[in-house]
Amino acid sequence: MNFTTVMGGIELGCIFAILSLGLYIAFRILNLPDLTVDGSFVTGLAISSAFTLLGQPFLGLIFAIIGGALTGVFTGLLHTKLNMHAILAGILTMTGLYSINLHIMEDKPSLYLGGLPNIFDGLRNKVIINGYDYGMLIQLLIINTIIILALYLFLKTQIGMSLRATGDNEEMVRSSSVNTDLMKIMGFGICNGIVALSGCIYGQYTQTATVGVGTGMLVLGLANIIVGETLFKTRGIFNHLICIFLGAIVYRLILTYAFQLGLPTSDIKLFSAAVVILAIFIPSIKPRYEKWRKKNARD
Amino acid sequence: MLEIKNVSVIFNKDTINERRALDNVSLVLNDGDFVSVIGSNGAGKSTLLNAIAGNVTVDSGKIYNNGYDMTYEKEHKRSKYIGRLFQDPLKGTAPSMTIEENLGLAYSRGKKMRMGFGVRKSDRPFFKKECEKLGLGLEHRLKAPVGLLSGGQRQALTLLMATIETPELLLLDEHTAALDPKTSKQIMEITDKIVKENNITTLMITHNIKNALRYGNKTLVMSNGKIIKILEGESRKNMSIQDILDLYSQNADSLSDSAILG
Repeated sequence: MNFTTVMGGIELGCIFAILSLGLYIAFRILNLPDLTVDGSFVTGLAISSAFTLLGQPFLGLIFAIIGGALTGVFTGLLHTKLNMHAILAGILTMTGLYSINLHIMEDKPSLYLGGLPNIFDGLRNKVIINGYDYGMLIQLLIINTIIILALYLFLKTQIGMSLRATGDNEEMVRSSSVNTDLMKIMGFGICNGIVALSGCIYGQYTQTATVGVGTGMLVLGLANIIVGETLFKTRGIFNHLICIFLGAIVYRLILTYAFQLGLPTSDIKLFSAAVVILAIFIPSIKPRYEKWRKKNARD
Repeated sequence: MLEIKNVSVIFNKDTINERRALDNVSLVLNDGDFVSVIGSNGAGKSTLLNAIAGNVTVDSGKIYNNGYDMTYEKEHKRSKYIGRLFQDPLKGTAPSMTIEENLGLAYSRGKKMRMGFGVRKSDRPFFKKECEKLGLGLEHRLKAPVGLLSGGQRQALTLLMATIETPELLLLDEHTAALDPKTSKQIMEITDKIVKENNITTLMITHNIKNALRYGNKTLVMSNGKIIKILEGESRKNMSIQDILDLYSQNADSLSDSAILG
């Protein structure tokens, strides 16, 4: 594995860390896996690409976040106001979004953004050490730091605390005069806003936008979270957020390594799914083994 | 003052399983009343509390709090002035959050959401003082997740949370039933102290007839969705557990009679 491949892996890891930090709100704080992300990731990507084609990548970034947040709000409304299961609500939004995303991308399945203004232009070719351009990585680290700090501070505020409590014990929150429906809608909105930001940055990084790229984003995001949690067992929100960030990078490096060993790129989704299943399966082996051992020891 | 006027709650309406959980119940609680509610299973005690708290919609009748019609008000809006405890000690607190975060959440009840931290530095001495009142040593563990506490400690904390912002009405649904006798007594005494100190209008369901007669100033006996007796003053003082049990069985008879006669 050469240096450039590793650095590329870390950079991609940073991009998908953003995705997982968003997903953390739905999956860990609200305890509701949100399938909207498969769609909202592309929504962010599509909106930002459309603006980039107009020469406004930064405006695109802002609208990508807003667009993504709106998709989350829609799922939240389906879930709370129509009493739909969160997973079904997510699937419906995601499915509908496929067409909307295509329309945003002017009905083309993919767009090429090379040579256009890019949000990473600011530090491009400015920090070159030993022939490698660190500009991209620095900007990605800054974005991740901002998101981690913002989420941490937000979750400590009164609204953030109500959001956490909603995932923890909904009944109690309702009896503390908090509107839990509103909290869930807001949670989904924040989650998908951040996911869309990750999609936008992914598009700017790869300088392409493909409508099908969203498939499996939820599983990828979960894999990042679970890898982070398994490797760095920790407590507290701040540590948890850092864990997820590191998990995303480790996971991407594992993938990069697997590709080097000859894993075909087409197997990436299978690999992600397998990692999630294994990560959930492995902790359950020990108690089962203990029980089996005790049962047989008696005879 | 809480006024309940001719409230009925019917489950499975218009089906063969139709059941009147509350049958034309009327009740007035004066400010500072501490009322215990007893009755056999299915008598409608919990339904009465749920109707007041808002997680059961009444089929007819009205509920007023200080003259304000709250019959169809949403649950989370009512909880601005209603404090609530359930039988399950796990229901009243958020386990993965710390004691001070839980208190912070409870302390914000009824107030407008504000920006800024949920637990302010200036709140901590107050939370500490409130926890000291419970006498369980929770004041030293403000930063511990609530999930680590025992059932009794969690129920005591829930009680504190329900009353930290003095509610106009406190609803206790068998809140000591899941605890061991010693803890149960402890929680009952803390409850009594808090209710008396703050003069909170309280409705307490219990299966412990002794407690029902001992604490508070009135006792309601319910059966088949009706309040069959309100005990207060002298007559309440002279009631024995056997008298209450007799009341239960008398009523069970009258039901079977009416059922036979149709």
